Amino acid sequence: MLEGIFVDGLIFSIMVIGVLISYRILDFADLTCDGSFATGAAVATMAIVQGTGLVTALLLASAAGAIAGVITATIHNQLKVPGLLAGILTMTMLYSINIRILGGRANIPLLRITTIYTKFPLIFSSLSQSWALLVGTLLIVLFVKISIDIFFRTDLGISIGALGSNEQMIISMGINPKLLKVIGMGLSNGLIALSGGLLAQYQGFADANLGQGMVVQGLAAIMIGEFLFDSNRISLITLRVIFGAIIYKALMFLGRYYGYYIKLTPSDLKLLTGILVIVSLIIAQTRSAASSADARKKALRRNKARRVAEQKEVDHVEN
Amino acid sequence: MLKIEQISKVFYPNTVNEKTAIEYVDLMVNAGDFITVVGSNGSGKSTLFNLISGSYPVTGGKIILNGKDVTHTPEYKRAFTIGRIFQDPTTGTAAKMSIEDNMITALYKGMKGLRISLNSANRDLFRKELNQLSMGLEDRLKDNVGLLSGGQRQALTLLMTVLSRPKMLLLDEHTAALDPRNAQIVMDLTTKFIARYNLTSLMVTHNMQHAIDFGNRLIMMDGGRIILDLAAEEKKSLTVLKLVQMFKSIKKQDYASDEDLLTP
Ligand SMILES: Nc1ncnc2c1ncn2[C@@H]1O[C@H](COP(=O)(O)OP(=O)(O)OP(=O)(O)O)[C@@H](O)[C@H]1O
Ligand SMILES: [Mg+2]
Repeated sequence: MLEGIFVDGLIFSIMVIGVLISYRILDFADLTCDGSFATGAAVATMAIVQGTGLVTALLLASAAGAIAGVITATIHNQLKVPGLLAGILTMTMLYSINIRILGGRANIPLLRITTIYTKFPLIFSSLSQSWALLVGTLLIVLFVKISIDIFFRTDLGISIGALGSNEQMIISMGINPKLLKVIGMGLSNGLIALSGGLLAQYQGFADANLGQGMVVQGLAAIMIGEFLFDSNRISLITLRVIFGAIIYKALMFLGRYYGYYIKLTPSDLKLLTGILVIVSLIIAQTRSAASSADARKKALRRNKARRVAEQKEVDHVEN
Repeated sequence: MLKIEQISKVFYPNTVNEKTAIEYVDLMVNAGDFITVVGSNGSGKSTLFNLISGSYPVTGGKIILNGKDVTHTPEYKRAFTIGRIFQDPTTGTAAKMSIEDNMITALYKGMKGLRISLNSANRDLFRKELNQLSMGLEDRLKDNVGLLSGGQRQALTLLMTVLSRPKMLLLDEHTAALDPRNAQIVMDLTTKFIARYNLTSLMVTHNMQHAIDFGNRLIMMDGGRIILDLAAEEKKSLTVLKLVQMFKSIKKQDYASDEDLLTP
């Protein structure tokens, strides 16, 4: 059961890394995510049902998500509408497309079919079933994490980060910001769809509504991660995202499992998630206010020390 | 180097807010020129720079850069030739990234690839470059730029701009937000880099003494037009007082000609 939470959290963490790229790195409030997550699930499921290889199915799922991200970025770039609106447009259109991908149905089961999650126990046959699933998922997440860490150390990756921080600087360096946004959004939604493709196989079905509320859940996980430690190093940022995703899933599990003592139902979890994000925002705000107040006090003390030292020097010279 | 022919800029045309910020301006900038630009608030200096760099489209006229018509070329492409520094020290650097990450994006102009250029050789280069600022930044490569003071950030912006090897610099009151000591440091670095890399430069300043002391040419703007263009010889004998008097006498002429228009 505990392993289940970890598998759930790890699959989710790939999605959260996608949200991290749009929201935190690119500073692009992207809602495509709610659609592209289900797209990934739908594409992977249909590919597997039709007998393509498992790796191919996951690659197709990511590619479909990446295309969705590229469309959002293109709408934003060419029509000069805010990213938020561009994302909502794509997300809405994706809802219809996802049902088309699923052959006109709202969900498709993956029963008695080989998926990556029926394979893991065979590959790691020395482990128990649940541990095999955990180890398999962990390896995939590590692969994704390390690839993303390396990508954001390349010149291209760093310039995408700089774009999110200061678009004018990117323009001044002779780079087309529109192109960077297309790349970043493609990457973000590619990861989100990959996560969807994995979840469909883990839970054994794809559903056109799978992505609902994903953005907010992703943000909650990111904020939980940000409480853990502070860093500007990408490898630590993705690490804390993974921790945040697992903690989030554990909290939701507790809510589902023990919530019924306080009359919580599963449908209350979205409310809880929203409250979690709001509380995180409040804590983050008070924290940053406190730390800047602290920094100001330190600066005053430093100044005083310097003045005292300078006075001493002057006294010294005068004597 | 740069030839501007009859450019104009009208903001919000056909509305109550219609504003002509630049009116039929001609300007010829020769390679190696260091031009100081003066003029009162709202006279169109920043708008002129925005038109040259491509931040705003022109309403009319032509801009020729290095013999090529760039009137409709996007800003990021013109940036291969033009380096720009603004008054606000936060505009030139990415606050949420480390100094070394900022410098790596400035190491060469244009679209970046999947290469990892941030290696020890380039870190050494960055330390060496930062060392000339004498601000101790060479020991802080991994610190976020947001932690630096305005003066440090502006010096870093200047360094990054010249690191990317533009042919031309547009400086828009780039020391105005700094205290006198930091302004002096950044100004010294500016002249040093302009001379070392032989950069053709335009510098807007409200400091008349700076406008006179620096550069080989001075232009004065007013009401969206260039009303005075002094070459090196005339500039040498210039004093702040003379400059102000010139401004006043030009303005008077303006009034006089307006009156001419009124009297039949
Ligand atoms: N983006 C804009 N939209 C509308 N009007 C603008 C815009 N930018 C500038 N203007 C107007 O154009 C005129 C010239 O402004 P500009 O910023 O070029 O002046 P400036 O010479 O740089 O002044 P300052 O010394 O205060 O920086 C002003 O009247 C200003 O209000
Ligand atoms: Mg200005």
